[in-house]
Amino acid sequence: MPVRSRVKTFTMDGQDVSGHESETILEIARQNDIDIPTLCQLDGLSIIGACRLCLVEVVGWNKLVPACATYVEEGMEVVTNSERLQNYRRMIIEMLFAEGNHVCSVCVSNGNCSLQYLATKLGMDYVRYPYLNPDRTVDMSHERFVMDHNRCILCTRCVRVCDEIEGAHTWDVEGRGYKSHLITDLDIPWGDSRTCTSCGKCMNVCPTGAIVEKGKPAGEMIKRREFLGYLTKMRGVNNNE
Amino acid sequence: MSEKVSVATVWLDGCSGCHMSIFDMDERLIELAEHVEFVYTPLVDRKDYPEHVDIALVEGAVSSEDDLNKIRKIREHTTTLIALGDCAVAGNIPTMRNPFGTDAILETGYIETATAGQQVPDSIIPRLLPVVRPIHEIVPVDIFMQGCPPSADVIYFVITELLAGRKPKLNDKTRPGA
Ligand code: SF4
Ligand code: FES
Repeated sequence: MPVRSRVKTFTMDGQDVSGHESETILEIARQNDIDIPTLCQLDGLSIIGACRLCLVEVVGWNKLVPACATYVEEGMEVVTNSERLQNYRRMIIEMLFAEGNHVCSVCVSNGNCSLQYLATKLGMDYVRYPYLNPDRTVDMSHERFVMDHNRCILCTRCVRVCDEIEGAHTWDVEGRGYKSHLITDLDIPWGDSRTCTSCGKCMNVCPTGAIVEKGKPAGEMIKRREFLGYLTKMRGVNNNE
Repeated sequence: MSEKVSVATVWLDGCSGCHMSIFDMDERLIELAEHVEFVYTPLVDRKDYPEHVDIALVEGAVSSEDDLNKIRKIREHTTTLIALGDCAVAGNIPTMRNPFGTDAILETGYIETATAGQQVPDSIIPRLLPVVRPIHEIVPVDIFMQGCPPSADVIYFVITELLAGRKPKLNDKTRPGA
């Protein structure tokens, strides 16, 4: 009986690469210095494949797949950066801008924001879709942090870090589609939450200026994400499995 | 004189910060003046937009009936229309009124918080539109220059590229918000 190999060899942008069957296309890309843009993915948190920025092509597969949520397979030919993919990625970023109220110029995260960074990197010079300018709220009830729903892109990084790393599960998502938004506890003001430990992990993993520290002037909110790597390493957890 | 490239700069609903960036080109403005003529700007005493303009740099979002009329006219009489800055490109701060609606902000500005003469003006100053829009949602735009405001260097780059007959590539030079 042939032994089934758990190491898969395949190609990525024409380059020969290999990875363990428990690894994703994204992980192998990073090991090989191939850059695939991501937004909802964060090392140390579970995978949800929600933002679709990391979509890649696999030759012969009839649909695009999220690199962060697709495990490597023997013989696959992955294409990470075709014109089609670049176009879709820019569309996603533009839709995120059109859907919220991301007024970068007056955001505390201006200059330190993953959404803004990707917009520039992926070549967005303007948003082709009509801006929706939705009526969203700002929750200032917490003593140390602010939740600005105008700037939330629903990546759920905060939800996952709060549940999986802090163990509090203060955050969750309510509503569907366009009406989806974050809530604390059973949709009460953040400041009244009895589960929130005020650890600030949600604030630090949030890629935009949606969850920020109180009292920061525009452009001065810098997030610190190093803790996530240390914590997951020390605890020996891998939420990806 | 007539071979010079005609340039207009226009100020719609913006804070004039983009125009400050134009001034920030400093002595490069003198250099530019050899090749271009500023035929219409908020500082040139001319009421009507010229019949033909080669390059128009338009600051600000489309926020009032006056803005709307102006931008249509500008488009009609301009070869290269540049959306200058985040308000022009994306709406930016002026669009922050959209979620509340124009009536609500007029009410707050002119009635609730006014200490004297509480009334919403209905003459002389242009009526506000129900929603603020970026320029490209009204008329086609040729070049998008993001930034709040775009730097003098970027503006200089765009004008000199156009003078050299090239379409400026801006992506690595601008981003929203800065
Ligand atoms: S608040 Fe921040 S981390 Fe949470 S879903 Fe919104 S953008 Fe993502
Ligand atoms: S990073 Fe893969 S779907 Fe968001």
